[in-house]
Amino acid sequence: MMNPTNSRTNDKCHCCLFGEPSPSHRTWRNPLLNITIVAKTKVSTLVVAEHEGGLVKPSSLSALVAAEAIAKENKVSLLLGGSGPALHKAAEHAAASHPLVNEFREGEEKLARQETDLHLLSLALQVLVADSDVFAHPLAEPWAELLRSVQQKGGYSHVIASSTSFGKNLLPRAAALLDVSPVTDVTAISEPRVFVRPIYAGNALCTVRYTGESPCMMSIRSTSFSPATESMSETKVAPITQVDLSFLSEASSRKSSWVNLTSQDTERPDLANARVVVTGGRGLKSAENFKLLEQLAEKLGAAVGATRAAVDAGYVPNELQVGQTGKIVAPELYIAFGVSGAIQHLAGMRDSKYIVAVNKDADAPIFQVADYGIVGDLFQVLEELLEKIPDKK
Amino acid sequence: MKILVAVKRVVDYAVKVRVRPDRTAVDTGSVKMSMNPFCEIAVEEALRLREAGAASEVVAATVGPAQAADTLRTALAMGAARAVHVLHDPDPARPLLPLAVPQILRALALQESPGLLILGKQAIDDDCNQTGQMLAALLNWPQGTFASKVPSMLPEEEIHSHITWDAVQQHKEPFMPTDLRLNQPRYATLPNIMKAKSKVIKKVTPADLDVDVRSDMEVLRVDEPPKRKAGVILSSVDELLDKLKNEARVL
Repeated sequence: MMNPTNSRTNDKCHCCLFGEPSPSHRTWRNPLLNITIVAKTKVSTLVVAEHEGGLVKPSSLSALVAAEAIAKENKVSLLLGGSGPALHKAAEHAAASHPLVNEFREGEEKLARQETDLHLLSLALQVLVADSDVFAHPLAEPWAELLRSVQQKGGYSHVIASSTSFGKNLLPRAAALLDVSPVTDVTAISEPRVFVRPIYAGNALCTVRYTGESPCMMSIRSTSFSPATESMSETKVAPITQVDLSFLSEASSRKSSWVNLTSQDTERPDLANARVVVTGGRGLKSAENFKLLEQLAEKLGAAVGATRAAVDAGYVPNELQVGQTGKIVAPELYIAFGVSGAIQHLAGMRDSKYIVAVNKDADAPIFQVADYGIVGDLFQVLEELLEKIPDKK
Repeated sequence: MKILVAVKRVVDYAVKVRVRPDRTAVDTGSVKMSMNPFCEIAVEEALRLREAGAASEVVAATVGPAQAADTLRTALAMGAARAVHVLHDPDPARPLLPLAVPQILRALALQESPGLLILGKQAIDDDCNQTGQMLAALLNWPQGTFASKVPSMLPEEEIHSHITWDAVQQHKEPFMPTDLRLNQPRYATLPNIMKAKSKVIKKVTPADLDVDVRSDMEVLRVDEPPKRKAGVILSSVDELLDKLKNEARVL
């Protein structure tokens, strides 16, 4: 398999481990570079998926969308890890089998989402399940060993995870074990090994070609690969295979251990995937005033976000932070109250479809990206909005 | 125990970067450069651990061109004892992306044998968020990424990550990329800046460390992000609701 002392010569095929470009590969000329590229027609992708409550997470479905963007003829395997019934339920969901379909038929929106889920999940040829307590928590050390082992057996050309905290923690570690360079936060895929990723907090878009050995490992920005809603043409059930865990040594699983988790329990939609996001900045002045935002979010069925300034001032917990160092969101509607629009914040929301800004400073940079702006006192605007928006049915 | 902190010289966070007209890279020619903000926090945390008696010495290291020595001087002025500068002048078309850097840092770690490595969680220029995790893998050390709280480093101690999972218990040399919530970095005072001038910066090359710098990534182009078209300033909430309902159709 992987040769750790990779001799990197130019006559090596870039996309696989054969020494010579093999005859089964097609070549084409890249007009940009005027060099001939040899590409393998066979792409196979491992998607490292996260699951919650017996379902594959939406961010991981985005990774499947990205897998589809790499190549239509992509042999996709989905890797799930964990233990207990939730894992097996998620594995069944990933395998897109029928029992789950019947379980959730309630409400049109849910159904639409499900059909999308199933359409995407039907891309997966097989579901690999790593069943062990070691994978019950997102600890990078055992997970990276798992990824290395699965890659060495499967010889995938691509490995994709979504750039969630889990993906960012795990993927680079696994890449180093496999002696390859990972690509972070891919937002577009133009060829199997050519990607676009934002740099400088999204102020520049960099198109890179991966020229290293297989696998090409990447984390994708889930908001750039949103699942298209389409109805199912066929339901196929992918086989579920248990991963052989004999590679796990006592040593690797003892490096770190999980102590506890403190998280915000909230009824509202998840910030990273919400259709509407309302965000408050330093201008809200207190944690008390953030309650007003929460009321508005309630009415709009929105998620609440915050700027770093609001987090640092202690108004809200830091998992609500939107920006380069927080969460990246791209909702249909983003409403910013008392947000000035620092570069680091814009990096986290500039791809929203519609941006509304309310700020009393007419020169605030946020107005340069806002589709609709109101210059005025945010508390008055908030109050009026709360009055005029009907309750969510 | 010794702490090794890796720092990077990047375009200052307050600079509005521009893409070069030939679209090969971001223009870094005549803009202000500083220490990456996440690296500052890493240096500060290392110094606090030393002040708390948990560490004996803080060593700063960087990989980069000759000018990166300024960044090391900043770390020395903040309070690091000495520094190592791995000289490397990257080709803009093949920037030094993570993989070479962790290999270099691994070689330094084997020379210096620190008990702890602290890095920033990401550089604000390439936004990779990879070096720390890769370094931990190459050393076969545990990693505590996105740390927001580090009690004094003792065995069996907890490192809190700010993200949605928390508290990883460490058993051995932990290594942690740091997050912005860890601390407020100190300013270097003038006397300390003067003192830093006499501190030692050891210069080495990747070849000295037996690291072959390779890049698996080729930059084809760098583009400006698509501009959002200018919006409108509205005069009332009613107007806003009307626009959102009838023009944007998002309500």
